[in-house]
Amino acid sequence: MTQNHQFDIIVVGGGGAGLMAAMNASQGAKTAVLSKLYPSRSHTGAAQGGVGAALGNLEEDHPEWHTYDTVKGSDYMGDQDAIEFMCEEAVQAVYDLEHMGLPFSRTPEGRIAQRPFGGHTNNITGKPVRRSCYAADRTGHMILQTLYQQCIKNQINFFDEFQVIDLLMVNGAAAGVVAVELATGELHVFHSKAVIIATGGHGRIWEITSNAYAYSGDGIAITLRRGLPAEDMEFFQFHPTGILKLGILITEAVRGEGGVMINNLGERFMEKYAPRVKDLASRDVVSRAMYLEIRDGKGINGQRYLYVDVRPETVNKYAELDGRTRPDGTPYRVTSQEILSKIPDITDFCKTYLGVDPATQPIPVQPTAHYAMGGIPTDKYGRVVIDDHGTVVPGLYAAGECACVSVHGANRLGTNSLLDLIVFGKHAGLNAAEYVNGASFQPLPADPTDFTRQQIDRLLQGDGTQKPAVIGKEMRAVMFDDVGVFRTHEGLERAIEKVQELRERYRHVKVVDRTKVFNMDLLNAWELGNLLDLALVTAVSAQARTESRGAHAREDFPSRDDANWLKHTLACLTPSGEVSLSYKPVTITKYTPQIRTY
Amino acid sequence: MQINLKIFRYNPETDDRPHYDDYTLDVDPTDRVLDILEQIRGYQDETLAFRRSCAHGVCGSDAMRINGRNALACKVLVKDLKTTAITIEPLLGLPVQRDLIVDMEPFFDQYRRVLPYLINDEPLPADGKERLQSPEDQARFEGSTRCILCAACTTACPPFWANQKYVGPAAIVQAHRFIFDSRDRGAARRLEILNDREGVWRCRTAFNCTEACPREIKITEAIAEVKRALSSGKLV
Repeated sequence: MTQNHQFDIIVVGGGGAGLMAAMNASQGAKTAVLSKLYPSRSHTGAAQGGVGAALGNLEEDHPEWHTYDTVKGSDYMGDQDAIEFMCEEAVQAVYDLEHMGLPFSRTPEGRIAQRPFGGHTNNITGKPVRRSCYAADRTGHMILQTLYQQCIKNQINFFDEFQVIDLLMVNGAAAGVVAVELATGELHVFHSKAVIIATGGHGRIWEITSNAYAYSGDGIAITLRRGLPAEDMEFFQFHPTGILKLGILITEAVRGEGGVMINNLGERFMEKYAPRVKDLASRDVVSRAMYLEIRDGKGINGQRYLYVDVRPETVNKYAELDGRTRPDGTPYRVTSQEILSKIPDITDFCKTYLGVDPATQPIPVQPTAHYAMGGIPTDKYGRVVIDDHGTVVPGLYAAGECACVSVHGANRLGTNSLLDLIVFGKHAGLNAAEYVNGASFQPLPADPTDFTRQQIDRLLQGDGTQKPAVIGKEMRAVMFDDVGVFRTHEGLERAIEKVQELRERYRHVKVVDRTKVFNMDLLNAWELGNLLDLALVTAVSAQARTESRGAHAREDFPSRDDANWLKHTLACLTPSGEVSLSYKPVTITKYTPQIRTY
Repeated sequence: MQINLKIFRYNPETDDRPHYDDYTLDVDPTDRVLDILEQIRGYQDETLAFRRSCAHGVCGSDAMRINGRNALACKVLVKDLKTTAITIEPLLGLPVQRDLIVDMEPFFDQYRRVLPYLINDEPLPADGKERLQSPEDQARFEGSTRCILCAACTTACPPFWANQKYVGPAAIVQAHRFIFDSRDRGAARRLEILNDREGVWRCRTAFNCTEACPREIKITEAIAEVKRALSSGKLV
């Protein structure tokens, strides 16, 4: 039996962006959060290094510097008005988190502690600046916990373990969503005036990823299915330091605390690729450097990985060479105890999964698929916009990793994602609440669950000649090989052909589990369909962009080409699997694109 | 290496009662128990149901009993078990909904009961900036902030097995996190809630919780600190 609900605003996704949106939306409108996980399980909790804001607690810093660093970090693809807005809002947003109780690490004076992070600089000296506000190496966990606590305090309505399958659109406006209640398998229709999508990223397309299993790009896939575009999908960040083979994230903060990248010859190779900031260069620069070192045969033991070395003797050696000082001017030197206290969770991961103690051994790492710069196109108010004129879809909003504002452009700086969540989650919530107070409900279609049941029935009634696990494995392999750190025309062609073949084979999947209570087989098979759609859109968008910019590196087009390519990609997917591309301009206010070096 | 698994199975739609299914498969010693479960679900038995997400011990989704001990499936490597005979069961003390999935609502209810959020109605700092907190004050409750609400502790606790009305170790840790946070002003309210036969006084200092915690929180010690706060009337 389908159950029906009515709310002013539905938030899809219970991570940092979703919870911020709900907290702000619920002040003015009847709001509910639907999440396929218990909210405290959301992937925000895996973020480690910090949230960026120019508080200037340890040294001089300004939102303007943060803005410039983000624009440059984006390789000039970021929309500068939105970036400026985010960096201005950052300072108060971080104070708001502290007021909510977030247990930041503290300076001796009792202020929020800040540390250096890749790409964040003092704009005058060009040297790294302490801008990352952190809570040990579990900043994301603390943000997620704090926001969830505030939601409990404010009695936010939650529908936990509800999987949203479809977005209802009526008269070109958002009308609600349809979801499966995982505990019972029942369908629920949520009729609303506005929908805020905050479903996160889709790293599970690639073989080695830092992302959770839950990161199947549901929100982007759902909107694509409703004919809405996805923006800048070719820009996916590979984080330099994932644990070898597992892809588990080793935060950039390890390098912020003085760790350095080392090759087989014991060289600090980042000196070559980023002479000024070395290991604290932007992530795409470091990932490419690692790839090139490995290709030159300088991987550890000739294998396809390198080291990040945060042993005190290494940190202190290079701190002396770099002339690194503490905020009070004394030379920067660390002890094992200090390392352990700064990166306790990382130490735990390394010991558990590698049998390595970071204080006494270097950590084997390789680039890992980490973050989606692209996603559902929005303006800086969180409203979904579908073309190059900023045409808004009434009542539809998106925030967080699933959205593309775009504040990260072609490459995201560390600490800017947690910031993105709290700023745009908040504003999407506020703007949605304002919108619904003047809007009416769209009438629901005669059978709102029709498209949802079609998708489910297709999975239940396939002929069973294909297994999801096999399809998923082949998808992840071809995406990692051919749509990874470096791309070529041939590789992308191969990937597109392969993904199209896999999408065809996917039609023959038959879900084995026929029951209703917690049918994870059905859920995961549906998620695989999302990943295949996003893989296709990603590969096609990458194939078309014949330049290198940020995280999108073409071996056959190694230079950035502003004359032809300073524009955002918009990709639409037809039911028959055709991807059509169009483009829209980048908003440039203050900073004309420059050559990007670190 | 080859391993032999016994996995607890129960589907309310098809089973009168729970049973164990046997599986054999080839794994690497460094595979996580979660990796084995995914392999079974992917290639042998798609009907096996379990929760998981981050796969590296921070989300708390995959707490379960592995060879009789509570752990996160993604943090236990096959080689850690030192045997090729592996039994996997759901957590105890919470109703089984299906296979390895238990009803977490009673657990989250207890968590919500202890007012797990900062309580402070005093004016914010005049400059709008952060409330000050010394590193020492931050360290005082830092251990309790590590909790990921995985339920390994509460479902390892003998008094909880005996009576699910007991608020349980996790809820007490969450209360501790605020009671000992120098910025919080709600200690008295939370202590009153915990000053109950089914509150902190149900704890028998069994240490099962501390042993089970994948985040290495000194849970029994935290519970003792709450008891001490109640009996002495002081927050130390």
